[in-house]
Amino acid sequence: MPTKVETDSVTGTETTGHEWDGIKELNTPLPRWWLIVFWITVIWSVAYFILYPSWPGWDGVWNYTARKDVAARLEAVQAERAEWLDKLAVASLDEIEQEPDLLEFAIAGGRAAFADNCAPCHGTGGAGGPGYPNLLDDDWLWGGTVEAIGTTLRHGIRWAQDEETRISDMPRFGVDELLTADQIGDVAEYVLSLSHGATDRTAADRGQTIYAENCAVCHGPNGGGNAELGAPQLNDAIWLYGGGKENLVTTISRSRRGVMPAWGGRLDPVTIKQLAIYVHSLGGGE
Amino acid sequence: MFIKHSTIETKPLLLLVLIIITISIGGLVEIVPLYTVETTIERVEGVRPYTPLEQAGRNIYVREGCYLCHSQMIRPFRDEVERYGHYSLAAESMYDHPFQWGSKRTGPDLARVGGKYSNDWHVAHMINPRALVPESIMPGYPFLMRELAADDMRAHLETLRMIGVPYSDDMVENAAADLAAQADPDGDHDSLLARYPKAVVGDFDGDPSRLSEMDALLAYLQMLGTLVDFADANPANLTQ
Repeated sequence: MPTKVETDSVTGTETTGHEWDGIKELNTPLPRWWLIVFWITVIWSVAYFILYPSWPGWDGVWNYTARKDVAARLEAVQAERAEWLDKLAVASLDEIEQEPDLLEFAIAGGRAAFADNCAPCHGTGGAGGPGYPNLLDDDWLWGGTVEAIGTTLRHGIRWAQDEETRISDMPRFGVDELLTADQIGDVAEYVLSLSHGATDRTAADRGQTIYAENCAVCHGPNGGGNAELGAPQLNDAIWLYGGGKENLVTTISRSRRGVMPAWGGRLDPVTIKQLAIYVHSLGGGE
Repeated sequence: MFIKHSTIETKPLLLLVLIIITISIGGLVEIVPLYTVETTIERVEGVRPYTPLEQAGRNIYVREGCYLCHSQMIRPFRDEVERYGHYSLAAESMYDHPFQWGSKRTGPDLARVGGKYSNDWHVAHMINPRALVPESIMPGYPFLMRELAADDMRAHLETLRMIGVPYSDDMVENAAADLAAQADPDGDHDSLLARYPKAVVGDFDGDPSRLSEMDALLAYLQMLGTLVDFADANPANLTQ
């Protein structure tokens, strides 16, 4: 095979010297920058192979694993926060309130955890929505002290997987035929009248007896509610599922039985404390 | 040079031998690590095959392309672990066919979404995500309230068994019964839970009278990431 290197007359580039059936090949050199990058990648891959766990059984000179790495990073950030977290874990609410820095730390942590975990139901700002309580007001279903909020967070509401979950099952007065449709309409009118929303005075008067016999034991004689039983206050014109008569009739007939997950196993105790303090600070804490 | 370019190009047999050697090196680098893939699965307690209803829900998850926006893989990075919980283990997806890993997320990671929201929330959110999360860009899936067509779950389980999911004869035998029992508030949950511990039971979609696609999907979502108890886990005892 001839290996005569010539200079191509058109491009001025040398040929490789190969010739196949009269066809010659230009020997265009690779750009220098490209060659340099190429050799860097070769060196890089050899170094990577040696330093990192690149082959089964080879742990690498640095003995790196992503799991050890994340554990170390978590430990480092934990250590950074430890001073405040340890203080927060043991401090009572009074102590926290007396120390503005600690309170600020708790609220900041609670705000972050709220955005991750609570906002999908209670809204980004905590204003809630139909079926998901507004956390900015002072109307609490299960109590608005930091302790009560903490208990709700830990065990959830009607959360079957938690044995200490908060449970209150209002009867399904319509579905289970405890009251007739007319009676439910009357009692709905009466409940509306508690917050001056009734439209039909005579129906509300008829509903008063039904209310006293069926509802007052949990919701109180004047609709004041009972946070220990999770019975909502009915005389404040704040409605979890909407306030019109239609919504009330649905609630009385079917019972809503809203569910909140238990966060006890999911979030650590200090995070739950931070959340409780944050929610408490939103405006309506007791 | 020992073997010149021109020599190789003109000796076909030598060329063939050298090509085979070169390709073998490339092949070995890709193939050999696969022989050790079993050793990357951690020995942890609790991971079990999916119940028939969860598997049906998983099929809907794949059918609707949920994986296009949601990954099921919490990577071992601080930000992900602090937001989503313990990083995902290989063992947690060892019965997934196909797995739902990924790092491209338009929506949040769902590897540990089980138990994070109530069933009511999920139903309302599936029907219209913006009813609950005004800033959400997720599409609505109101049609999931239709009847679940899953009279072939027994065959599904048998097929999965063929490719290595350890469904027992008992599980295959009771596929149809378990499918119906899981979303039935009055169903036989004891034998279901004996076969599939930690399965979430009860009516999911708010209509106990029928089995909908929503029931299946929620049974699947509500157990995601809940099987392994990480309470006393640390990197040392998550040995591979």
